[in-house]
Amino acid sequence: MTSTFCIEVQNLTKYFGETAAVKQINFQVMDGEIFGFLGPNGAGKTTAINMLTGLARPSSGRILFFGVDYTADIKKAQHLMGVVPDESNLYPELSGLDNLTFCAALHGMRKNERLSRAEELLHEFGLTEAAGKPFAHYSKGMKRKLTIAAGMIHQPKILFLDEPTTGIDVASARQIRQLIKDLNRSGCTVFLTTHYLEEAERLCDRIAFIVKGAIVRIDAVANLMRDFEGRNVIQFGLQGGTRSLASSVEESFPFLSVEFVSEIQLRVYSEETIDIAALIQFFKDRQVEVIEARKIKPSLEDVFLRVTGLETGILKNEKSQGK
Amino acid sequence: MKAWIAFWNILRKDMSTYYLKPPNISWGLIFPLAWTAMFFIKSGTGFSIRDILPGVIAMSILFGTTSMLAVTVTFERKGRSFERLLLAPISLNLIMLAKTSGAIIFGMFNALVPIFMASFFIDLAGVAWIPLFLSIFFIAVSSTFLGLFIAVSVSEVFEAQTFSNFFRFPMIFLCGLFFPIDQLPVWLRVLSYLLPLTFGADVLHAAVNHAGRLPLWLDFAALACFCVGLFAFSLRNVKRKWIL
Repeated sequence: MTSTFCIEVQNLTKYFGETAAVKQINFQVMDGEIFGFLGPNGAGKTTAINMLTGLARPSSGRILFFGVDYTADIKKAQHLMGVVPDESNLYPELSGLDNLTFCAALHGMRKNERLSRAEELLHEFGLTEAAGKPFAHYSKGMKRKLTIAAGMIHQPKILFLDEPTTGIDVASARQIRQLIKDLNRSGCTVFLTTHYLEEAERLCDRIAFIVKGAIVRIDAVANLMRDFEGRNVIQFGLQGGTRSLASSVEESFPFLSVEFVSEIQLRVYSEETIDIAALIQFFKDRQVEVIEARKIKPSLEDVFLRVTGLETGILKNEKSQGK
Repeated sequence: MKAWIAFWNILRKDMSTYYLKPPNISWGLIFPLAWTAMFFIKSGTGFSIRDILPGVIAMSILFGTTSMLAVTVTFERKGRSFERLLLAPISLNLIMLAKTSGAIIFGMFNALVPIFMASFFIDLAGVAWIPLFLSIFFIAVSSTFLGLFIAVSVSEVFEAQTFSNFFRFPMIFLCGLFFPIDQLPVWLRVLSYLLPLTFGADVLHAAVNHAGRLPLWLDFAALACFCVGLFAFSLRNVKRKWIL
């Protein structure tokens, strides 16, 4: 294990019949980093993760963990990884403690070792009191936490986290994000997919964007954000404006680019200083009421928009529809 | 060693979660009783327990193994908990052997119930015990692997139940337990020798009533072939259908 790359993917491709779900993707995940894997639904994220974890066979390409090629038999690398799927896959009839000790046994841990590790994780995740309750009776947040604990039970070198905070309350999501950070600090490499761009921005060291089976950009979060440095963004809250307003702003202010981010929110972008007063007057002349005007700090959403050519709303809608 | 820890714990979990539940234990007891009662009602008092014992043993194993395994594997697959096993660093062969061992043990336990009950009514002194227990083991293994074959061929629990019956009922009537194979039409006779239970039933007849038709070595060889074939085919299906 001398490679600095924890995961190395070379020309990885997956076909389902004639359809290419993943097309010759290449990326490396550094040992000890949190690597984000972002993209809209159907982009190929899950297929890629399934190939990396042994739940799907690649059509072509190579998968290396710590410099060793495991493409032909990912099973041999499964001791290195913990997998937390987007939906909890623990046993509903077993208690929290039994689920954890069973998962530990699947990794060959001895009885005393698995019991102490399970108790340690239950304590860490705040589930000690619910340890004896059947998993089926857990709340959504508790289920998520226990599923993450089950993925970590054997202290893997790499943890694959698929949508770890989707569908759970704010407090649990915050706790899970903190746990991911702590886990990473303890030396575990994290491979994270999420629909929440703020979460990726907050947690990840580097991010890969995948669209239609192909990776369109990989970079450190700081570098991705640098593209937008020096760019001014003002968001207006408007009442009475129509979508055609965007083109008329661009006609009157040629150095601005404009887009509606929602029915009542218009964003104005420029490399130069934006004259807010002139714009407010412009809207006023057209009987459009300005409710608010605020400077927006560039975010990963802007990066996502630029590299994928999609609207960020697509990601949020997919999750709210439970896709 | 690590693989065996995983194996033992999969088996232990399945036993406690599925097989040692009161409804299944009562099923194991009631099923042979019900079949024996059915024969009693059908033939009045003129039936011989010794004649029907091989049939009741075979059916207890067949129904116990196939109904449980086909449903539990399909259920776990549907609930995605089976994925957890596929992500464990143990070979697929060992995972499937662990999953099937519970059903095999449950099937063998079911077979002991009618033997135990019969011991109160008839003298079992003439029974050839070694072939009897070997046949119980082989019938349990082949029926379990048939259940596995069914489980990996379907995606819904109700499909597993329907598909199980598609195999089980023809097997009961074609395996020679209740109707002599020699009296079947030729094409059905060919069909009966394509079913594993035919060979298991032949050993049971030989062990209990000394009335086997085929040499024991041939019965056991055929049963072993069915076991290996069904397991290999099921593994192939798991790799092809579940690891896409």
